[in-house]
Amino acid sequence: MIEAIQTLAMYFSFPFVRYAMICGVLIALCSSLLGVTLVLKRFSFIGDGLSHVAFGALSVATVLKLSNNMSLILPVTIICAILLLRSGQNAKIKGDAAIALISVSALALGYLLVSAFSVSANISGDVCSTLFGSTSILTLTKIDVWLCVILSIIVIAIFILFYHKIFTVTFDENFARATGIKANNYNLLIAVIIAVVIVLAMNLVGSLLISALIIFPALSSMRIFKNFKAVIIFSAVLSVFCAISGILASILIETPVGSTIVAADLTAFIICSIIAKLSKSN
Amino acid sequence: MTQLICKNLCLGYEGKTIVKNINFSVNSGDYICIVGENGSGKSTLVKTLLRLIPPLKGKIVFKDGFGKGEIGYLPQQTLIQRDFPASVKEIVWSGCLNHSRFRPFYTKEEKALAQFNLERMGIAHLKNTCYRELSGGQQQRVLLARALCAAGKVLFLDEPVTGLDPKAVQEMYDIIKKLNDEGLTIIMISHDVHSALKYASHILHISDNAFFGTTSEYLKSEMGKLYDLQTQKTQTELKTAGENK
Repeated sequence: MIEAIQTLAMYFSFPFVRYAMICGVLIALCSSLLGVTLVLKRFSFIGDGLSHVAFGALSVATVLKLSNNMSLILPVTIICAILLLRSGQNAKIKGDAAIALISVSALALGYLLVSAFSVSANISGDVCSTLFGSTSILTLTKIDVWLCVILSIIVIAIFILFYHKIFTVTFDENFARATGIKANNYNLLIAVIIAVVIVLAMNLVGSLLISALIIFPALSSMRIFKNFKAVIIFSAVLSVFCAISGILASILIETPVGSTIVAADLTAFIICSIIAKLSKSN
Repeated sequence: MTQLICKNLCLGYEGKTIVKNINFSVNSGDYICIVGENGSGKSTLVKTLLRLIPPLKGKIVFKDGFGKGEIGYLPQQTLIQRDFPASVKEIVWSGCLNHSRFRPFYTKEEKALAQFNLERMGIAHLKNTCYRELSGGQQQRVLLARALCAAGKVLFLDEPVTGLDPKAVQEMYDIIKKLNDEGLTIIMISHDVHSALKYASHILHISDNAFFGTTSEYLKSEMGKLYDLQTQKTQTELKTAGENK
C-alpha cells in the first residue's frame, strides 16, 4: 500500500501526469453530462461516429502538415455533428445508418490517407495511438490543458444555464416546439457541444473508446435513479470517479490509460446493474 | 367569442398538398373533434395550428387565446418517453417553460401552478414517482397536467386515449369534459368517432370533401349518415353474434 502511494507520489511530481489528471476529470465530467441526453435521444452511437470523423480529420491534418491540428479537426467534427443530429426524423438516411455511414467512411479514408502519404516511419504505431489514445494524454502541453479547461467550463456553464430546456427538448420535442421553445436550436447546441467534447476526449481514450465515456455513466445512473436531476448528478460523479481511479490504476499496473478508464466504467456499470436488480427484488 | 378562423386552408409538406379547402372557426368554450382517415392530414392541421409548419395556401386568423406560448398541447406519446428517468414533478414543471425565456430556474408561482394542475388531475400524490413506472392512464394525466401549465384558454389533444384500457379511456374523456366545462376550448384529434359524437360540440371531418359543423349537423350530413349506418351494422352484427352463441 505504502509502496503504491510512493509510486503515485513519484509520478505526480511530473507535470504531465498532473495535466493528464486534470484533463481526464474534466472530459469525463463533460461527456457524462451530455451522455444522459444522447442515450435518451437514442443517439448513443454518435460519440463513436464523430470520433471516427475526428480521426479522419486528424489524418488529413497530419498529411497536410498543419501546425495546429485542432483548427481542422474541431470544425469538421462540429459540421458532421450538426448534419447528424439535425437530419433527425425527416432524413432520407435514418439516424443510425447515417452515423454508421459517416463513421466508417471517415475511418477508412483517414487510414488510407495516412498510409498513402506517410510522414513517419511507424504508421501502425501512430494510428494505434490515435485510435486507442495510448500515449497522447501523457504528452499534453500547458496550452492543451488550458484549452481543455476553458472549453470544459463553457460546456458545463451552457449545460447548467439551459438545463431545463435541454430536459424538455429531450423528453418531448413536439411539446417543446408547440410551446415556443426553439427545439432545433437546442439540438444544434447539443450537437456542437458533443463535437467539442469528443475532440477533447480523443486525447484521453482515443477514437475507438469515446462512446464508453458518453454512454456508460448515463446507463449506470439510469439503472438506479428515477428522476432526471439525480441521474445527471450521479452520472457526473460516477464518471469523474471512474476517470480518476482508471488513471491511478493505469499508473500502478502500467496499462494504457484509455482502456483502463473504460474498464473502470464497465465495472461501475455492472455494480449499478446488480444494485438495481437487488433493490427491485426487495 | 371567436378565437380562430381558417379560410380556404391548404396544408402539406414541401409543396405537396395533403388537404385542400378547409374552412372552420373556433369559438371560446367549443369542444371540437377532428376526425378522418389515417393520412388524411389531421396531424398536419394541428401542426399548422401550432405554427410548426406554415400553411400552403389560405388564411389563419389567430385571435384571443391562440397567442404564442398560450397553447396547451398533449402530443402522442413517443418511444423515448417509455423508459425516461424523470419524476412526475419535473415533467409537469417543464410545461411552464414557455414563460421563462432565458431564466435557468422555475419561480415559486410556476411551481405553484404545477402543483395546482397536479391536484386538478388528481395525481398530486404521484409527484415524486418516476414517470416510467406509472400506468398508461396516469402517464396521460401527467402530460395533460403539463399541457395545462402551458395552456391559457386552448388545449390541443392528439389522440389522447390511444393505447389506454377502457376504464382509463372513460376517465380521460371525463377529465376533458370537465376541463371544457371549466371554460377551456378543446381541439382534439380522435379515431374514436363514437365518443367524439358523444362529447364534442363540433366535428371537423377531414377528407377530400371536408365537413365542419355542430355534432347534430354532422349526424345529418352524408358522412355522418355513413358513420351511423356503420355503427348500426356493427350493432346488428354484435347482436346476431350474441344470439348465435
